[in-house]
Amino acid sequence: MDLLTRAGRAARQARGGPASHAHDPARVVFLALFGLVAAGWALVAIDGGQFLTMESVVGIQQRSAALGIVAIGQTLAILAGSLDLSVAYLISLASLVAAEIMAGQDGNIGPAIAAVLVISALVGLFNGLVITRLQVHAFIATLGAALIIKGVVDHLYDGPAGKVPESFQLLGYSRVGPIPVSAMLWAGVAVVAWFLLSRTRLGHRIYAVGGDEEVARLSGIRTPRVIVITHVLCSVCAGIAGLLLAARLGAGAPTVGTDGGYDLESIAAVVLGGTALAGGRGGVAGTVGGVLLLAVLDTIFNQLEINSFVKDVVRGAVIVVAVAVYARRGTRRTA
Amino acid sequence: MRRALPILAVLVVLLAAIAIANPFILEPAGFLAFLKRAAPLVVLAAGQYFVVVSGEFDLSVGSLVTAEVVIAARLIDGDESATWPVLALLIVAGLLAGLVNGVLTTKLRVPSFIVTLGMLLVLSGAVFLWTGGAPRGALSEGFREFGRGGLGPVPWSVLILLVTGAAAIWLMRADFGRTLMATGDNERAAALSGVRVDRVKIFAFMLSGLSAAVAAILLGGFAGVSAQAGQGLEFSAITAVVLGGVVLGGGRGSVLAAMAGAVTLEALFTLLNLYGISGALEFTVQGVIIIAAVAAGAIRLPRKPTPRRGDAHAAS
Repeated sequence: MDLLTRAGRAARQARGGPASHAHDPARVVFLALFGLVAAGWALVAIDGGQFLTMESVVGIQQRSAALGIVAIGQTLAILAGSLDLSVAYLISLASLVAAEIMAGQDGNIGPAIAAVLVISALVGLFNGLVITRLQVHAFIATLGAALIIKGVVDHLYDGPAGKVPESFQLLGYSRVGPIPVSAMLWAGVAVVAWFLLSRTRLGHRIYAVGGDEEVARLSGIRTPRVIVITHVLCSVCAGIAGLLLAARLGAGAPTVGTDGGYDLESIAAVVLGGTALAGGRGGVAGTVGGVLLLAVLDTIFNQLEINSFVKDVVRGAVIVVAVAVYARRGTRRTA
Repeated sequence: MRRALPILAVLVVLLAAIAIANPFILEPAGFLAFLKRAAPLVVLAAGQYFVVVSGEFDLSVGSLVTAEVVIAARLIDGDESATWPVLALLIVAGLLAGLVNGVLTTKLRVPSFIVTLGMLLVLSGAVFLWTGGAPRGALSEGFREFGRGGLGPVPWSVLILLVTGAAAIWLMRADFGRTLMATGDNERAAALSGVRVDRVKIFAFMLSGLSAAVAAILLGGFAGVSAQAGQGLEFSAITAVVLGGVVLGGGRGSVLAAMAGAVTLEALFTLLNLYGISGALEFTVQGVIIIAAVAAGAIRLPRKPTPRRGDAHAAS
């Protein structure tokens, strides 16, 4: 009986496209986001400031672009029932590779981007193969990969290195009207991921594998291949985020990924967006909302000049409460 | 005991390799010094074991250790008479943090990964908020005695380690252990056969919190006060448990093997130091070995027939 309902749910999600699985929690996230913006506007107004200035809107977008790109990759891995703890160190590695190859020369931008994408794809391939071929739990496999990258990066570098040419730094800072180029990049990645998940066969397979791997396998899906592909895509997203951060810093840095806490933070953003940690339910739209929610929260705290440690406390509480709300809604629906 | 055999074999090989480079470890004093260094991680691994075997994670232990060390230093502030009240407070705080983790996980049905991640953020934020960014105060000599001193030649931390191990093994043989294992193996089946699943899990989280408090007391004495006291310990503890052959997802593995996994991890660190694999590359070797060890375990052992697959056979 349990099996039948599970299989039914997986199949319904695989068929239904985004309408059936992405919208419900995502709508909650965006409602919460709207409420938070309103509350922030009121609080800052009482404080005698202006919340939605051009500056703060641009700030929110710039703040969230890098985390947003990582979180989209993480969404793919989590939807397939996996997760990736190696993204933070991979981001550092990517920023260093990019800055070292560019070495301040405009002509090297192309090769540098290609090298970063290839290296991150290889890391993702490694993660995916260790999980599927060697049957190592994703938590341990990607933690091991994180340690391996950390060792290599820390061994070779003890500070910022390389140089990013001016033209590539434009990616980090320039903007068209109120929209920074980095936010456009994020939006581009999000649209590609959304299209992949809702309009392609691979996307439906990702939902099926995350919903119930055994059922997916019995219905003819090559589950290892799906898991490997999601890990490659997740790592490529981390590589793109590394490029973006290198553009913003003007150099590569061995701590840029871990300082941002991109590993746990990206998982938190995905879950905040209503994607189930166990996989099979959720989507990209929710993740975008989750990342924006965290960024708006940051901005409110900055504008009210509240101690930054309070931010961590509130952030932790918000994440737990949000997931508790989703869990409650989920049980009511099945009951 | 039988389940602990593979990891004990690995441990013996590692200790032999250490002994070749540094025979001091074969002497009682050398071995006790090694165990003393390993004690905090082993205690943490024992606590983490209860949570992992019930099918959950506890990511908050690292920040809980940091929080406890920083709180102890601030409250004691070098005052010898405050030692015992603060020790009691730390134990209560550890249990309380575990209680909150457990209640949020079971009653609100939030995945423990997220609950304990939230706890991690809240604890580290709160501690730094309270201390203003840098730990202040100092531990008393009486407090540090647990991590540094000893009863004759035997360090206190080794005694505490033995007591913890004995208590953990006793717990797993008692009714609690059986229900915990059943809960981790198949929560629904356990609940249907009358196990109070929520209560068992909450107790497992409280044990993990308690172990973090004990580890903080040992670590504070051994290494002193710092804002990085517990950094990364949650991952080390989970790694140790998994090295011991305990399955993430629950229902498989022994507590003795989990603690042996922690000793093995510490032996690995010692060995890498001895053979001059310097600083950073140590992490790389560690990463490779962890993946290799877990992969070897996954391939050698017959795969656990999941209840779900059993259902599938019944249905077809």
